[in-house]
Amino acid sequence: MPLVKLTSTGALSAPVADWPLLAEDADVPPSGPVLVPLATWLAGRETLKNRPDTGVWLAAGDDATALGADLPAVVAVRFAAFTDGRGYSQARLLRERLGFAGELRAVGDVLIDQARFLGRSGFDAFQVAEGTDLVHFEAALGRFSVVYQSAADRATPVIALRHPLHRSAAE
Amino acid sequence: MYQYDTFDHQLLADRVAEFSDQVDRRLSGALTEDQFRPLRLMNGLYLEMHAYMLRVAIPYGVLSSRQLRGLAAVARTWDKGYGHFTTRQNIQFNWPRLTDVPQILQALADVEMHAIQTSGACIRNVTIDPFAGVAGDEIADPRPWAEIIRQWSTLHPEFAFLPRKFKIAISGAIEDRAAVRFHDIGLRVIRNDAGDLGFRVWVGGGLGRTPRVARELREFLPAAQILGYLEAALRVYNLHGRRDNKYKARIKILVDEIGIEAYRDQVEAEWHAAGGPTLEVPEAEIARVADFFAAPDYANLPDATVELARWRAADSGFDAWATHNILTHRAPGYAAVTISLKPVGGIPGDITADQMEAVADLADRYSLGELRATKEQNLVLPNVRQDQLHALWSALRSLDLETANKGRITDIISCPGQDYCSLANARSIPVAQEISRRFADRRRLDTLGPITLNVSGCINACGHHHVGNIGLLGVDKRGAEAYQLVLGGDAGEADASVAQITGRAMTAEEAVDAVEVAAAVYLDRRQDAETFIQTFRRIGVTPFKEAIDAAR
Repeated sequence: MPLVKLTSTGALSAPVADWPLLAEDADVPPSGPVLVPLATWLAGRETLKNRPDTGVWLAAGDDATALGADLPAVVAVRFAAFTDGRGYSQARLLRERLGFAGELRAVGDVLIDQARFLGRSGFDAFQVAEGTDLVHFEAALGRFSVVYQSAADRATPVIALRHPLHRSAAE
Repeated sequence: MYQYDTFDHQLLADRVAEFSDQVDRRLSGALTEDQFRPLRLMNGLYLEMHAYMLRVAIPYGVLSSRQLRGLAAVARTWDKGYGHFTTRQNIQFNWPRLTDVPQILQALADVEMHAIQTSGACIRNVTIDPFAGVAGDEIADPRPWAEIIRQWSTLHPEFAFLPRKFKIAISGAIEDRAAVRFHDIGLRVIRNDAGDLGFRVWVGGGLGRTPRVARELREFLPAAQILGYLEAALRVYNLHGRRDNKYKARIKILVDEIGIEAYRDQVEAEWHAAGGPTLEVPEAEIARVADFFAAPDYANLPDATVELARWRAADSGFDAWATHNILTHRAPGYAAVTISLKPVGGIPGDITADQMEAVADLADRYSLGELRATKEQNLVLPNVRQDQLHALWSALRSLDLETANKGRITDIISCPGQDYCSLANARSIPVAQEISRRFADRRRLDTLGPITLNVSGCINACGHHHVGNIGLLGVDKRGAEAYQLVLGGDAGEADASVAQITGRAMTAEEAVDAVEVAAAVYLDRRQDAETFIQTFRRIGVTPFKEAIDAAR
């Protein structure tokens, strides 16, 4: 499925190939890009972190903070259904609690109307279904010019715009 | 009241554009109904028995005359000329066409209103005491905090797909008129020993299939820290609330299953990890919002004791209305007036577009242009001069809005029932109408005193039957509609309790008779000046059960 990435200008990159998600009990293939389950990563971190094109994928029930300080370059959060919103909290914990600065991918049931929630929660890469209208997806990411709350993106919340001197307290 | 600034307007404009685009994509087939459903629900749009229903938020129940005219225009232009005030300080329109909804939202945005998060698995409209800012027993005004929470929760990116809906209520007075212990989170404004303003935080209250009285999450939270704390409480719920069964997905079940101590520990840990007490709403923002709710310039008036006595003596209709529908105001010479939307034999909470416009005019003339919507499905004019009460009453009488029954047995709270709702087992409205007619006599109302009566058409409990002193619950009995009578519920914080079942389900007619029997038992057994609920607490449910059984 196409994977698109948020660029520094807020636009989306051209689609690139996604990385496969390794099943929970499968062996890590000898080569090629792969996203491994959290348990696999935690058990084999010392070798896996030196393996090229290797990241971790989190299931909705996984504790994102278990990744700790020694983070991979890519983390994917899997949305089994778009109505399951645990991934938004996982993303914010990764970005704001663990300080994860790598690529955060939303994978699974990722639809246009989740885009703005995903972007604000810290996702910067999106694996979408074939045929997804990427122009529309990009527009949805930037739909809101005003936000009321601070989150994991760079948007300045309205409170800080209203009271520039109190900016640090609002964020 | 709160006035939008350019940021608030811009956000609403962005939201109208977004929803218009979503409707377009639904109509073109780009969105399936399964994909569209959560999106429309997040905007208060339900697909009901016969049509779409649009639920519009009246944030914390505060409404200007201009906004009420805006609602009247929606009712007249895009609906069938009426609206229905709900138990959550919202208003519902029962007949909008999907293709008209974007235009309706634009019309609402023009008067600083919206339908954002009036449904869906997200944080809903915050509800508060309808007498906030004017009640004599207020500790601190909850409105600024409700507005601050409204903004924080609006389009919150992390909490748009919670396990289930999430409702927050705030009470700022000594008497709890917001049912804080029957909400997912209830906030009670308090001051600590040092005189600092804060909240006592309740969690896990709720009605529905599993009624729960909320448990205390925190004894005292400094007010300015509320958003950080709510964010932690919601995050724990978002991550750990059940998602395998929608009937077990509310936060009350999470608190039941892990226990209040474990939930509290997780929230405190999450809150402190995120910054804890350092996460404060900036003082300047609290002050900015609070300014909008500063007391108006009340005229320096004495209480109109002499005129009131004269009007009461001259007219028994005015006397009844003044007895029931007026609340003591904190400003001398003023009154807070309830406009009952419960006329004899009427549909609780319904109001026509003509009435809305006329009431908006009355709000301008008599109440500084402001109104409130209440969880009892009535309206309030919060700032009426006592020396104008008779003129106001006369004007209400010409609109058939002078029903003198606030807090009485005919001030019935009722869900829309099977006439509108696709979930209902029973038609709540005709039963409410019959009870209303049965008890219409003014002497009966006076004799029975304060009684809350709630009707729900199904176990989802939108009519809040669990907290009615008398409650009726519509059930399906072998394909026929039937009602269970429950007694002894109380929505207030101090005596919060869930009503008890009295026996087998009955026909609608038997249920109305059973309400009569319950009223008779109370009158027979009451001591001194006991109210219905006080007598019930003293004698228990058994004498009521026995009398109801004996009468069948």
